[in-house]
Amino acid sequence: MRNIELTNLETLPGRTIVKHLGMVQGNTVRAKHVGRDIMAGLKNIVGGELTGYTELLTESREESIGRMTEEASALGANAILNIRFSTSSVSAGASELYVYGTAVVVS
Amino acid sequence: MWAVLLFLALVGLGFFFGRINEAKHFAYLDAREAELAHITLSNTKYIPDGITNSVFVSGNVVISIDYFKRIGAALRGLVGGRMETYTTLVERARREAIVRMKIKAQENGMTHIANLRLISASVFKNAKTDIGSIEVYAYATALK
Repeated sequence: MRNIELTNLETLPGRTIVKHLGMVQGNTVRAKHVGRDIMAGLKNIVGGELTGYTELLTESREESIGRMTEEASALGANAILNIRFSTSSVSAGASELYVYGTAVVVS
Repeated sequence: MWAVLLFLALVGLGFFFGRINEAKHFAYLDAREAELAHITLSNTKYIPDGITNSVFVSGNVVISIDYFKRIGAALRGLVGGRMETYTTLVERARREAIVRMKIKAQENGMTHIANLRLISASVFKNAKTDIGSIEVYAYATALK
């Protein structure tokens, strides 16, 4: 897979956009883990970071980005501009992470 | 009887450790923010002159509230008004997410951050054991 540059700006500094290829997107739905939930329950008494959940969400976002870049790569793009993220709670204990952007060819 | 004792113990634990954790976290954030202050942060799309490189950076964190504050918030919910307990929770989460994002920008040798976006979600809110936690995700484009 080609190396795809990502940005949430509408341009890439120092490069010119040659071709717009339309919107690309990636999503993933993840359920939480029972083991992590038990740890989170304990952590909930004293407060603080729930590391397990932070990692879970980081991994999920990376997966979404991976799917989006695959789609862009299939279109022949080498950059994705104006990336946006959104999160939604699908059902109890599961969440969807969605990422979208515009695939372009830059010189 | 035991249930009452357990409840009081949890509230006590939450009160002491929650306070210590929060004070520690604020001290950590103050220190890191001072260290990273040389990277300019903006939520506009303006790209300063002479910039040739960009990289996408992001940071996230899930933070939970302590038991004492949760009970306090539940009581506050009965009478309404400002919920100071949740205000600090959200502040900590936002600052931590921005600090993590800035650390990534620093690792890449970047000098500016443009187009900062913050999103937050109480992701596992619908779960049966509703834990008072929030996720904040910060993303932006770092420039050099």
